Amino acid sequence: MDFNFIILAIGQILAPQTIAFALAALGLAVCFGFTGLVNFGQAGFMAVGGYGFAITSVKLGWPLWASILAAIVAAVIFAFILGIPTLRLRSDYLAIVTIAAAEIVRYTVKTPTLNPVTGGTDGINGSSVAFDAINPIPPGRYGIGILTYNQDDLWVIIVGWVTVAVAALFVWQLMRSPWGRIVRGIREDEDAVRALGKNVYWYKMQALIIGGVLAALAVIINIVPTSLQPDNYGTQTTFFLFTIMLLGGATTVLGPILGSIIFWVVLSLSDGILSLLVSNHLIPITQVQQGPVRFILVGIALMLIIVFRPQGILGNKREAHFGA
Amino acid sequence: MPDTTNAAKATGLQIGDPAPGVKKVDPILVADNVTRNFGGMTAVDVAHVEIPRGVITALIGPNGAGKTTFFNLLTGFDKPNTGQWIYDGRNLAGVPAYKVSRLGMVRTFQLTKALSMLSVLENMRLGATKQTGERFFSALITALWRKQEKEITERAMELLARFKLDTKADDYAASLSGGQRKLLEMARALMTSPQLVMLDEPMAGVNPALTQSLLGHILDLKSTGMTVLFVEHDMHMVRTIADWVIVMAEGKIVAEGYPDAVMDDPAVIDAYLGAHHDTDLGTLTGQLEVAIDDDDSLVQQITDEIAAESANTGSTDDRKGTA
Ligand SMILES: Nc1ncnc2c1ncn2[C@@H]1O[C@H](COP(=O)(O)OP(=O)(O)OP(=O)(O)O)[C@@H](O)[C@H]1O
Ligand SMILES: [Mg+2]
Repeated sequence: MDFNFIILAIGQILAPQTIAFALAALGLAVCFGFTGLVNFGQAGFMAVGGYGFAITSVKLGWPLWASILAAIVAAVIFAFILGIPTLRLRSDYLAIVTIAAAEIVRYTVKTPTLNPVTGGTDGINGSSVAFDAINPIPPGRYGIGILTYNQDDLWVIIVGWVTVAVAALFVWQLMRSPWGRIVRGIREDEDAVRALGKNVYWYKMQALIIGGVLAALAVIINIVPTSLQPDNYGTQTTFFLFTIMLLGGATTVLGPILGSIIFWVVLSLSDGILSLLVSNHLIPITQVQQGPVRFILVGIALMLIIVFRPQGILGNKREAHFGA
Repeated sequence: MPDTTNAAKATGLQIGDPAPGVKKVDPILVADNVTRNFGGMTAVDVAHVEIPRGVITALIGPNGAGKTTFFNLLTGFDKPNTGQWIYDGRNLAGVPAYKVSRLGMVRTFQLTKALSMLSVLENMRLGATKQTGERFFSALITALWRKQEKEITERAMELLARFKLDTKADDYAASLSGGQRKLLEMARALMTSPQLVMLDEPMAGVNPALTQSLLGHILDLKSTGMTVLFVEHDMHMVRTIADWVIVMAEGKIVAEGYPDAVMDDPAVIDAYLGAHHDTDLGTLTGQLEVAIDDDDSLVQQITDEIAAESANTGSTDDRKGTA
């Protein structure tokens, strides 16, 4: 039997994908957990940010800082497009519009006529050039425990986790300030906050923008070591993000980060165990069925969290969204 | 406890004889032709009304008269079909709710809106206006708002103490009782330092002892120059603290005037108050008075109870009935 999957699973703790989902889930927590905006389009924000970065850096050859700025601006514009018509309405409208808008983005970038710009279904490769160019780490192989990385992998991981730390501090500071008090008030009852003279609409817009910008930064960490693939930003990604956020605690700062680590480690472990069982004919499913079974497990896990620990691992019971 | 029964009542508020829509000497709010239809039903149809400045005005009327809807329209929480209203010289028609509040016209809700998952103190702090830390970039630097936050907290604690909620400051608002939430909402509205405070049934669910001290508190607001407009079904409270009473029925203003005059108006009594509106139903003697008119078996029952009570205590006057 091959137990190499355990090392792979441990590798998920630091992996760029874990970082990306931690950042995007933190953004979702700002929208959903703290402000109460039902944003089902977080994957759409990731896609918009990703294309903003990849098109400007790969196709247009912009410098790194300009491409990052482009990703942020793209997310801000997307937030305005979604927010202006919906944030005055009941929260369900935002949910519908965001889920639809995220899918529209995904289908639009896949349109063959846009191939020269977006790369169609193949996406865009080579986003790492500018990023690796400023890598100060000398070439070589670096070991962290049982894991080894080359200089470029290590560079992404370091930059990624520093970004996560800065973002966490940023959200923590915001939420303990009077600004955070207003958005938490909006989550509880927006009319009460309005009656106290606060411009509720504008605060909801700010929260949506912050959530979107974090998603845009997240996707950069994700595509630098790999490539930009449109189908990575479908509804499934949004639901992974919800699972991660709820797992860790939707109204906490560290919850989404811890949630992302646990999520990817467990997913990777279950994948390894499943294939071990399948290849040794210990369970009656085929290799093809193995992928979907993994996601059934994710679905069950999400249900169990909401039923037994609605506040998440780090959350406070009283602040739970689904609690009684 | 302040002596609320002999509070000085304002006089000479109106120009001419009291009548629906009568002009006021110094109105803070003037509404004209304000209507609101729900489907085919007209909930509010106010031709003209003026709210006098610096005094306490009560808005009374039967259930469904349109009092809450009128509040919603005036404060920008609902849009009228027609009409306009001038607050302190500014036309407020079409102005969004948060701007109305910033102009100093602050309301509470009949169905209490405590922010459950915020602490009582956080609820109060939220009420304070012009907070530096509410702007995104300033929020990121604690030094910019720490001092102001401290001042706000002090003011909040003072108000909470007056509303007997100071011991609850750190609890979640969700843990408060219904009456305590009413108190919190009123205290929170006062954190905005309003000029005109509009209270929708502030005393519903508040116990009699606290009601007394709150009446005193509302009178204090008046003495600091604040204008109070409140909706209330408790006629005792209306008679005690209101300087002016406006009666609404089926969306219209049907009577207006000084409390004693309005509440003795036969039309108002028939339409709304009922013959025994001045009787305190909390006492057995009060209950007896009402029962004599309506129900003989009840009279017998209450008489027996009174006899039993006096056998126990030798006094019936100040005992609360249990029925
Ligand atoms: N959103 C709404 N949709 C439809 N009808 C409504 C709506 N709001 C109020 N109404 C109707 O308008 C009328 C006035 O209601 P409103 O709440 O203003 O009465 P009120 O005077 O505050 O009564 P109460 O003393 O019971 O609080 C009622 O007949 C009510 O059914
Ligand atoms: Mg009402």
